Amino acid sequence: MINRISVSDGRITKEVQACAVFGVMDRSGRRFRGGMVINAMKNMRVRGNGLGGGFAVYGIYPEYKDCYALHIMFQDDDPGLKQEVDEFLHRNFDVVNDEEIPTNEEASVEDPPLFWRYFVTPQKKGEDKNLSDDDYVVKKVMYINTCINGAYVFSSGKDMGVFKGVGFPEEIADFFMLDELYKGYIWTAHSRFPTNTPGWWGGAHPFCILDWTVVHNGEISSYGTNRRFLEMYGYYCTLYTDTEVIAYAVDLLMRRQRLPIEVVAKIFAPPMWDQIDRMQENERKFYTTLRMVYAPLLINGPFTVIIAHHGEMIGLTDRIRLRPITAGEKGDMLFVSSEEAAIRAVCSHPDRVWTPHGGEPIIGRLRSN
Amino acid sequence: MVRLRDPFMDCVRRLDDIASSVDFEGNTAKIDATGLTHKELNDLLRVCVEKGAEKIIIKNVCGQRYIGTRLHFPGKKVEIDVFGIPGNDLGMFMNGHRIVVHGNAQDGVGNTMNDGEIVVKGRAGDVVAMSMRGGRIFIRDDVGYRTAIHMKEYRERVPVLVVGGSSQDFLGEYMAGGSVLLLGLTLKNQKHKANYVGTGMHGGTIYIRGKIEQYQLGKEVGVVEMEEEDYRKVESLVKDYLRYFKDSIKNFELDEIMGERFIKLVPVSKRPYGRIYTYYIRY
Repeated sequence: MINRISVSDGRITKEVQACAVFGVMDRSGRRFRGGMVINAMKNMRVRGNGLGGGFAVYGIYPEYKDCYALHIMFQDDDPGLKQEVDEFLHRNFDVVNDEEIPTNEEASVEDPPLFWRYFVTPQKKGEDKNLSDDDYVVKKVMYINTCINGAYVFSSGKDMGVFKGVGFPEEIADFFMLDELYKGYIWTAHSRFPTNTPGWWGGAHPFCILDWTVVHNGEISSYGTNRRFLEMYGYYCTLYTDTEVIAYAVDLLMRRQRLPIEVVAKIFAPPMWDQIDRMQENERKFYTTLRMVYAPLLINGPFTVIIAHHGEMIGLTDRIRLRPITAGEKGDMLFVSSEEAAIRAVCSHPDRVWTPHGGEPIIGRLRSN
Repeated sequence: MVRLRDPFMDCVRRLDDIASSVDFEGNTAKIDATGLTHKELNDLLRVCVEKGAEKIIIKNVCGQRYIGTRLHFPGKKVEIDVFGIPGNDLGMFMNGHRIVVHGNAQDGVGNTMNDGEIVVKGRAGDVVAMSMRGGRIFIRDDVGYRTAIHMKEYRERVPVLVVGGSSQDFLGEYMAGGSVLLLGLTLKNQKHKANYVGTGMHGGTIYIRGKIEQYQLGKEVGVVEMEEEDYRKVESLVKDYLRYFKDSIKNFELDEIMGERFIKLVPVSKRPYGRIYTYYIRY
């Protein structure tokens, strides 16, 4: 739980709350609507305060599955801003299609920015030809986020998308009409209770780079160290929220360096030194090396995260579990949640519910065939 | 500027509008918790006790927090049956009532509870019995992190926590008093997985049945021999445990449970961190 002092009505009131995270995956790959995840988030309403809600959905754009789907928010009303982004995209990509992201004007949200989505394929030129498509997209996303003021790419994967903003999750779902318009086989969601950084549309979770997304409950006290390390690899944090570093760290470790989540979990939440001392020699060497090489990516401070990309959904907490997590499953459905009640609210008779030790990941993978 | 909203008080309905969720039969009240917020459910609980309910059955609970918290009626003892899954801080500050949960519970069961009893016929989450100061809690299965953190006692007021299964890390952290009994019935001959047991402990007693290594214990606790009196205390608690859960636990007999080795943990110092964070101070 996070304690926060806020000023309202001229009185100082102490609010005792925490963020909520929820993820659900159909490991058979069957796509389903968002009603289930929206209801689960409603069940945990008191964990947030309406200053941020968001969803990541996988499998939503099968008609454009070979294109990167860029979701971009324009914070300023300045029409020149969108023109600048359009020109940049047309210079660097084949824009196969683009449109305003459909929204519900009646939804209870205030001052939403303009949301646009572009389905693009890379048009690499010059020295960029040496980059992989993914690396090229990361580079261009970083350019827009750092060099074009007021425009933010908040989703950049293929056949997936992030939808987020300021409001309770059910309001954001209503605004983007998630239940009516989209079907996916993984849904992750977040309800925010911002503590150290402002509640704004770009600061809502999930955070995304390519198809990697992260929702997070907690606060990362190693943010500065993590951020500086990631800058050396071309990732720049622009969204004023600690969680951003986890999205870039999983892209670096899992996509570029091809480490499995079982190893990445031990980089983010490594065993304590006294535990390493008691290990067999091979294991001891391995964990010592991991801690030496990746010390700047150790994530300190309390966290529960749900990480997702195509084919995989992962729940993980810090090594002494300072934030809650519960997993549940029924048949092919896997649930990860801040609270067991939210799982039971949408799945009345799960086959199993459990809570692993801190730092031990809950892993859901698409079944082959 | 974004408006600040209160997720606890938004959408709370008046008592008249939720009265249909309660059904009275003699001294028993039945509440259907479907669609009720935390505050609404606890408002109704209060009304039920004021109207003389001695037993309250709550159905369809799904995550409502603080159940039983606002029932300070000195001298009155109400029995509350919870069906479904109660939210965090079940029985927080509770003073004398008895809650039975027919299923799992979440984090903070019995937080700062003063008196009464909570029985959970399933597992419970983190920080069970946090700062507990009196009464008894029985959890049938496993518990999460930091169980009994800063549990305390004063004179005749000695809280008791019995856990049928195992615990995760930091059991009894900063514990200042009271008794914890961990039975390990879910372990199936494996050792307990908890690390840092009793870290910072400076009062009270932890009894553990089942294998646990020295390195799993915090630096502030020592293992001592069980004495006659300890066995008597443990056996009496195990009898209550078997009685409370007899419907759902059939595989265990008293002799079988008591036949295994117990260890007793007590703090090595009453003030383990007296020299940390401060310069030398002459009292």
